[in-house]
Amino acid sequence: MAARTFARIRAIAGKEWLQMRRDRTTMMMMVMMPVMQVVLFGYAINTDPRNLPTQVELRDDGPATRAILAGLENSEYFDLRGTVASTAQADSALRQGKALFVVTIPQDFERRLAAGEQPQILLDSDATDPVATSAAAGAFSPIVSQAVRPFKPGKPAPLEVTEAQGDGANPIVHRRYNPAGRTALNIVPGLLGVILTLTMMLMTAIALTRERERGTLESLLASPARPAEVMAGKTIPFIAMGLGQTLIIIASAGLLFNVPMLWDVTALAIAVSLFITVNLLIGFFFSTLAESQLQAMQMTFMAIMPSIMLSGFMFPFAGMPLWAQSIGYCLPTTHFIVTVRAIILKAATLMDVWPQLLALTGLCVVFALASLMRYRNTLD
Amino acid sequence: MSDVAIDVQGLTKSFGSKRVVNDFSITVPRGAIYGFLGPNGSGKTTTIRMLCGLLTADAGRGTCLGFDIMAEQSRIKERVGYMTQKFSLYGDLTIRENVRFFARLHGRAPLETVVDEVLETFDLTSRADQQAGQLSGGWKQRLALATATLNKPDLLLLDEPTAGVDPKARRDFWDRIRAMARSGVTTLVSTHYMDEAVQCDFINFIAYGNKLIDAPSAGLAREVGIHTVRIKGEGVSAVYDALEDLPGVEQRARFGSAIHVSGKDEAALLQAAQQTCDDHGVSWEAIDTGLEDAFIY
Ligand SMILES: Nc1ncnc2c1ncn2[C@@H]1O[C@H](COP(=O)(O)OP(=O)(O)O)[C@@H](O)[C@H]1O
Ligand SMILES: [Mg+2]
Repeated sequence: MAARTFARIRAIAGKEWLQMRRDRTTMMMMVMMPVMQVVLFGYAINTDPRNLPTQVELRDDGPATRAILAGLENSEYFDLRGTVASTAQADSALRQGKALFVVTIPQDFERRLAAGEQPQILLDSDATDPVATSAAAGAFSPIVSQAVRPFKPGKPAPLEVTEAQGDGANPIVHRRYNPAGRTALNIVPGLLGVILTLTMMLMTAIALTRERERGTLESLLASPARPAEVMAGKTIPFIAMGLGQTLIIIASAGLLFNVPMLWDVTALAIAVSLFITVNLLIGFFFSTLAESQLQAMQMTFMAIMPSIMLSGFMFPFAGMPLWAQSIGYCLPTTHFIVTVRAIILKAATLMDVWPQLLALTGLCVVFALASLMRYRNTLD
Repeated sequence: MSDVAIDVQGLTKSFGSKRVVNDFSITVPRGAIYGFLGPNGSGKTTTIRMLCGLLTADAGRGTCLGFDIMAEQSRIKERVGYMTQKFSLYGDLTIRENVRFFARLHGRAPLETVVDEVLETFDLTSRADQQAGQLSGGWKQRLALATATLNKPDLLLLDEPTAGVDPKARRDFWDRIRAMARSGVTTLVSTHYMDEAVQCDFINFIAYGNKLIDAPSAGLAREVGIHTVRIKGEGVSAVYDALEDLPGVEQRARFGSAIHVSGKDEAALLQAAQQTCDDHGVSWEAIDTGLEDAFIY
């Protein structure tokens, strides 16, 4: 039984592979599109996102501290989500993307401020997405200076402060992971996500509709191949193709932007494979819904729009309104971009990204089941 | 194993509001070649698809090779070979790749040996590496028959298999069908060629979703009680016109330089022929009603 199933999947996968290789235009598209996109998207779209998730590490507390935190909150750049107890906790919050910023109030901050010294106050920022964090990081120093002014001894407060740096407290901003704040680095994971979404969904979206249009579906359906076998056979060859595309994207990005290569390859391979699979399954699902190849392609483009706009690729996720974030959470691309940013740019490991991988796995299961429910084993 | 390959009753199928097959029943004995005739659009393809589990009937019940056509479609698909009316193999794959694909789907082993054998059997070896989409009708037809028989079926469903192929290819094709029938394969074949209908053991004629005739092909015309007169000679065209509306004349058809006139009332038919031919000075004779007369009728 299992052997026959395997033989049938093998038959369909082999046939798809041959057809794919024989289709010159598609092959060209598969190779050229990633390279072109990587080059074109090296430029970023600028925005000024607000309410970025921020954690606070309080090693001191007092009126000046409160004033600073209130000032940060009032600026609308920072959304104070809670406190972390240690530097290690702060690190993991950043690495897992729970916070884009960690503000550290050092020990003795209040006392040294009152004594007229210039105690440091630290802002750790996740600079992997500079578009998201640079405006807020830039606003940090003026906000702190403004907030601590009443707590400084002696000097009367000036009416206008434009050059706030070093005035009272000494705010220090650490750009973590991507010290140069280069957008190109950040764009690579997003591009990988968007290109794979587009090409993989398209490949399977036409899988059944093309057979229907060419009339070959009748032979396939008259054969004893079962729905799950057809689905597997039509999906597996494209996983290989998707992995090939991933290599092209990473290699061209590496050449063009000098992306640091400090990642956990296993974690990356798992994330990419899961992501490719979920997109292939979504495409296959479309092909069970569509009547024609054209319709299937239209569905694919409909699905790709939110994947580009709401996944954190085009606009920083943290800056999106709640309703858009809710949609974004249902998109595989969102989870994938978070994961790949963490792996490629923050040296995150499987331990850090497992929630996202779990989400991708869940989406695979959902679309596989949905496809099998929709799949018709007859021509009616 | 019962000695009936197909046994269905009351098959009905509509597309939208259009009823395409209406209360259709047949019984096909094992090993028979069963001819399935009818004009275009009469529901032959739809019926065949219902038999092999590709369409679900709206009403009716029955079995194909002992398996329920409504519930055991996947069992039927394993034992039936279906050759579609429209070429439905992969045009961008070669002959060999198509054969290999179906051999794998049916779990045939050792794969390459089976593929080579099948290519040889169906005379496909010389163009085995040519893409199927570029083949001519006869080659496509042999390839389609080759893939339809790769699961060594007990029942072959052939939907207008010889449409658009030359006479020699048609003869070869029928030789193959008869050889398979001798080895015990039941064959149901739809066609609109009368000379092919003659080759069948049984004839089933449907029109507009309704079954008209279901009988052994021998003595079919007698069974339906149609009589025919052939009229030949100068001026048959005038005779053709003159015969219109005469009592006993129910059908007229031109066959080359002759015309065939058919009707159920023998006496009236003969009298009409006699009278008209005398008037126009042409000769006539009563002949056995051929299948062609019966089917036009
Ligand atoms: N999938 C379908 N949807 C709608 N109408 C159909 C479909 N398949 C066949 N028909 C219609 O049903 C009628 C019978 O078709 P068919 O079974 O192909 O006849 P035949 O094979 O005898 O020529 C035709 O009028 C055809 O247009
Ligand atoms: Mg037909």
